[in-house]
Amino acid sequence: MENDYAPSKEGERAASKSGNSVPKQPDSPQRRRLLKGAAAAGVVVAGAGSAAAGLSQSSRDALGSFLQDHYRRMDRQEIQEALARIERRAERDHGVAIRCGNQPPIAGVAFGYALNLSRCTGTRRCVDACIRENNTGRHDGLGNIRVLSMPDNTWDLSRADHHYQPETVPEKGRWYLPVQCQQCGDPACVQACPVEATWREPDGMVVVDYDWCIGCRYCATACPYWARRFNWRDPVIPKGEITPDTHYLGNRPRRRGVMEKCTLCVQRSRRGSYPACHQACPTGARIFGNLLDADSPIRYVLEHKRVYRLKEEQGTDPQFWYVVDGP
Amino acid sequence: MNGTDSGERGLFSALLVHQWRSPWQYRFWMAGWIAVLIWGGGGWIDQLRHGLSVTGLDNRVVWGLYIGNFTFLVGVAAAAVILVVPAYLMEYRQVRKVTLLGESLAIAAVTMSLLFVFVDIGRPERIWHALPLLGSLHFPASILAWDMVVLSLYLLLNTAIVLVLLRAGYRGETLSHRRLMPWIVAAVVLGIGIHTVTAFMLSGLPARPYWNSAVLAPRFIASAFAAGAGMMLLLFHLLNRLSAFSLEKGVVSLLTGVLTFSLWITLYQQASELFVHSYGATVHTVATQWLWSGEGGVAFVTDSVRFALLLELVAVVVVTLPGLRRRGGLLMAASLMTVIAIWLEKGMGLVIPGLLPTPLGEMGDYAPTFTEIRISLGVWAVGILLFSSLARAVIGVEQGTVRAFSDA
Repeated sequence: MENDYAPSKEGERAASKSGNSVPKQPDSPQRRRLLKGAAAAGVVVAGAGSAAAGLSQSSRDALGSFLQDHYRRMDRQEIQEALARIERRAERDHGVAIRCGNQPPIAGVAFGYALNLSRCTGTRRCVDACIRENNTGRHDGLGNIRVLSMPDNTWDLSRADHHYQPETVPEKGRWYLPVQCQQCGDPACVQACPVEATWREPDGMVVVDYDWCIGCRYCATACPYWARRFNWRDPVIPKGEITPDTHYLGNRPRRRGVMEKCTLCVQRSRRGSYPACHQACPTGARIFGNLLDADSPIRYVLEHKRVYRLKEEQGTDPQFWYVVDGP
Repeated sequence: MNGTDSGERGLFSALLVHQWRSPWQYRFWMAGWIAVLIWGGGGWIDQLRHGLSVTGLDNRVVWGLYIGNFTFLVGVAAAAVILVVPAYLMEYRQVRKVTLLGESLAIAAVTMSLLFVFVDIGRPERIWHALPLLGSLHFPASILAWDMVVLSLYLLLNTAIVLVLLRAGYRGETLSHRRLMPWIVAAVVLGIGIHTVTAFMLSGLPARPYWNSAVLAPRFIASAFAAGAGMMLLLFHLLNRLSAFSLEKGVVSLLTGVLTFSLWITLYQQASELFVHSYGATVHTVATQWLWSGEGGVAFVTDSVRFALLLELVAVVVVTLPGLRRRGGLLMAASLMTVIAIWLEKGMGLVIPGLLPTPLGEMGDYAPTFTEIRISLGVWAVGILLFSSLARAVIGVEQGTVRAFSDA
């Protein structure tokens, strides 16, 4: 278990066998007809007499994105077209060639995350690594992870310092509580979304279809962990810092007006790598793995250590455990 | 302005002519609000171009002026119930004459509330994702999906009722009570429904202790009836003065009664909530503390709720004491105070403390930007234009100015 957490070889083979398709949801033919009709009407309107082929590539992409279906309802070809549009858009927006995939969940994997509070020293390396890996806008200094600096002897979040900037960490008299999406088993955000733009994948990651989200922010009010962030503007990322290996549900570049969140680095974890925050942690405080694998480190921690789930009383069944070393 | 065709086309052309052949004051009024609408629309285009970063919102305060107006206006829309129930279920004949104006107010208010949601979302071009069949409305799990459904139904139903009643008036017919009754009952249920669902949208979130309170929905209804009655009293008095419409005493006393009782009830509910939110130091107390003390909070929101409470207390004294209530000017002042107070209290006075501190205990700040205010005024302009034209149509038909020739 050096670099792998999961049966990645088998997983990758299984994934390549199933290609890029995702489990299809039962679809109503009536709806599909309607959508095709709308698409045809859209093309006719946009064509305005001249052929749609006469439009520029970017106009055709804009029309294609506008008419794009929900991720879980697209067929294989529609997904391929969507991925190609995403790659072209990244080229136009950022001048960078990216690859966008959509590797499906690996059968027999359910991700779990644990964090050893006795080890965390508050360096916030995880925050920086997350921002870089996930193509998060650099303009507001916010990422998917918030590290709280807590006074000793309390769990009262209202006493946390969110913006600590000491010369060195750890500070005397303080402990550190990193909070990110807890990948709930019964997520309040998913229940809240009025258009099913966010859901829990079979391997446990709560994801957003950035092309389907209408940007109402109701999920952000429903989340007990403040784990969802809205793109108030188009994200600003220096050209050289774009991570080119991306996933449809993960770190592909987003635009303004949609929600985003931690996806456990879906682009990495489904290929058997660790999430960027896990890799960046200098103290080894983070434990990530497959809950269904009896030999995984996450299972060892859950079975042998005293663990605690944040705000468990909210009833969302978080799949993120905080660990404290015993005496 | 008599139409020769007694069908819908005749009605619509007669109403259009009636709009056009209006006194200059009316045209001036409408032109002014059209200008505000265009100016506000310019702000919205600005917002489309730059994203919601043109607002004062951020990841701590994700909702603000738009959603504050939304919650208030859903209440105004729901308040049509206070006319419909007495007019049709309790057979207060005097009230029937103003029911159409009340329904017109509901149409304008629900249109504005839907528009406030529309300008609040980050991707308005994707609103079709919420349409049945085409999109994927998350019904019945998402309470926001419920809200979209009931608000749209309420808008459709009230539009249908107003059109049917207008057509009957235009033809000089009286509609049979029995045929109208199912629609009236549906309008009452949906009226209470829209505001209850809007409250549930907030109170159903355990992550937000300030909203997560069972009294929120009843408080919404009571404050909506107070603000709605106040707004109707103001509008009816204005129309009484400015148009051919004549306001009857029975209507004034009914609305004053509703205003009085609703204000007392809403004050009592506020007190009950304040007690639970402040006795015992739990997660429920943090927002309440900054909201009323102002310490470490958002100052203008504290000022708003304090000012709102003051207005409500003055208003409730005026409407309760007969000597004060009977003076028309004081009653109007109390109505205005109530409307402003509920707008402040159920607008940002409710939205901001629900969001701050964040679930991770962090405080934040918020103030609407100029663009946000501009867009909001644009939405209000739509509602004012809609109500004005509907009121002109309703009064025209009811006074017999707009009427089909009778063959008999």
